[in-house]
Amino acid sequence: MKASKLEFLVGLFVLLGLAAVVWLTVKVGAGSMVSGPTYTIEARFTNAGGLNVGSSVLIAGVTVGRVDAIRMNPEDYCAIATLRVMDGLKLPTDSMASIKTTGLIGDKYVALSPGADETYLAAGAQITMTESSVDIESLIGKMAFGSVNSAAEGAEPAPGKTPNP
Amino acid sequence: MVRSVGAHSLSLVRGLGDFAVFTAQSFRSALTTRKLFRRVLRAAFEQGARCLPVILIVGTFTGLVLGLQGYHVLNRFGSESLLGALVSLSLVRELGPVLAALMLVGQAGSALAAELGIQRNSEQIAALETMGVSSHGYLITPRLISALFVYPMQTALFVAVGLWGGWLSGSMLLGLEPGVYWASVERAVEPDDVMECFVKAAVFGLLTVSLCCYNGFNAHRCKTATGARAVSASTTRAVVLSCVTVLAADYVITSFLL
Amino acid sequence: MLLEVQGITKSFGDNAVLTGVDLHVPHGRVVTVLGRSGTGKSVFLKCLAGVERPDAGTIHFDGKALDVDAPAARAEFCRRCSFLFQHNALFDSLTALENVELPLEQTTDLSAAEVRKRSLEALKQLELDTHADSYPSQLSGGMQKRLALARAIVTRPELVLFDEPTAGLDPLRRNAVFEMIVKYQRQFGFTAVIVTHDVAEVLVISDHVALLDGGSMRFAGTPEAFSTSTDRFVCDFRDSTLALSRSIAALRQSSAPLPLNS
Repeated sequence: MKASKLEFLVGLFVLLGLAAVVWLTVKVGAGSMVSGPTYTIEARFTNAGGLNVGSSVLIAGVTVGRVDAIRMNPEDYCAIATLRVMDGLKLPTDSMASIKTTGLIGDKYVALSPGADETYLAAGAQITMTESSVDIESLIGKMAFGSVNSAAEGAEPAPGKTPNP
Repeated sequence: MVRSVGAHSLSLVRGLGDFAVFTAQSFRSALTTRKLFRRVLRAAFEQGARCLPVILIVGTFTGLVLGLQGYHVLNRFGSESLLGALVSLSLVRELGPVLAALMLVGQAGSALAAELGIQRNSEQIAALETMGVSSHGYLITPRLISALFVYPMQTALFVAVGLWGGWLSGSMLLGLEPGVYWASVERAVEPDDVMECFVKAAVFGLLTVSLCCYNGFNAHRCKTATGARAVSASTTRAVVLSCVTVLAADYVITSFLL
Repeated sequence: MLLEVQGITKSFGDNAVLTGVDLHVPHGRVVTVLGRSGTGKSVFLKCLAGVERPDAGTIHFDGKALDVDAPAARAEFCRRCSFLFQHNALFDSLTALENVELPLEQTTDLSAAEVRKRSLEALKQLELDTHADSYPSQLSGGMQKRLALARAIVTRPELVLFDEPTAGLDPLRRNAVFEMIVKYQRQFGFTAVIVTHDVAEVLVISDHVALLDGGSMRFAGTPEAFSTSTDRFVCDFRDSTLALSRSIAALRQSSAPLPLNS
């Protein structure tokens, strides 16, 4: 084979391959990753079951960040999730965080509902107004024993709903 | 009985060591080989351009069938919107790297083993050595280097056409909204998944190409046959070992990265 | 001495092929190693070229020992020495020109243009310049041999090892090959070590003759000494044609008259 033809074919292949690699990493693989500078806040849940590191953080259905870490606080046995959100996103101090599910069996994510306060959460601050995961099994259990109404109203007030001292 | 088990284990260990030395020596030869770039180009043609059609065809059909099967399963739960996630995660995490590597073993690896076996048989490798040309550097090193970047590229192409295949069967044939499909794809695939995909592809490339080179290069050491039969035996062994290694390595890497 | 070989031994499993072989090759000479088929002539030459590793013995090239421990000396030896395989060992996927270019391209820092020029020159010297773009399989046996020689001399070696260069050729071709070897040996001034079993031709072209039998050298000396030697091994080998006619004559006498005579 002529050397120039070989070079051309290999060059064409490399071009195609690079295009595929770039498409995969930038478009498909970027997922809901938040680019640019970020800061972290914490949220305290009574139950963070189903939430994973990497789960999305959404406001009004738009991804604004992701879960950075989840740990258990040994003092009150609550789950503390560290949320990494975009810089420039100012969250009022009375914002609420709730763990929700996409669809019936989909992934868990953290939905932030901004409050109306004049002051904003600083980096590392903690959101204590939270709503934990809805435990589908207990929901079904309650439905079976006829007390579905109280469950349907939403999660019972968690200890976290009272502001921290 | 005991003796034969012992002898077999010993020869297995020796073979593994020999293989490791072979690969290491090939990489070391990269430092001393002249005009390496042209040789790498040639190897990239063998593993890349020449295998592209088969990668594209197999990738498309894999995506098509994933879309078809996935749609019907998800349809029962009313979660067709997750089709994109199913197709993309299957392709990116497992099927892309594994199937692409298997196809490349079938096309490029077998050709490689047979070519080296014949070159060994007709003393062409010995001729290189007497000229003072490192046979490792001239024959093996370019192929290993090329595998390191060609395999991830082939895998990326495989996954890309696979995703479009899933779109074709899921959206075009079965009527899922394309926007729903692509949104699900983008939401499901994380940067770590893509990274895992490329790491797997590069490792598979290195292992399979090295195995095929090793078996072809050492065709004269085949114990069961000589001549043309030795070439065919070592080519067969190269392909079988490579395929087994791909699947075994896939399990190991997945368990490490998960 | 360009090449000094002492006490080379080599065995394959239980089969001891070489049991202490010595050979001295002076600068610029043609040295021939004779021997019957299967006496290990090729193995001996491959030990010299580094294709086979001898079990024991020393090889000195230009005063330097070629050892497993001295890769530098071996590399220098490879650079200054060429090996002509019995079956040519041409690269069958490369054209004639690419075959000749390969050693220059891979072992020297010459520019591509210079490599091309020297390779074409070598092809021309061996009257192959019209077949530069042919593949080895498209060439005749004699041309393949010439191509192998072109590839061997293109690096301008000081020592060329020939492994049975005339095996399987008819007498006319055989003479042509020997003539070619001597011609280019004179032209390029390399030292040649030839392994063969063609006694008659060897006595004409060599400066030194050695006879390998039973794993060691039975004779080493000038062609004249070889012709007049009374050593049993030398006589057996040298006078094989005479021995053949004697035994045929004996056969004729002992058996019934041939139909032709009646």
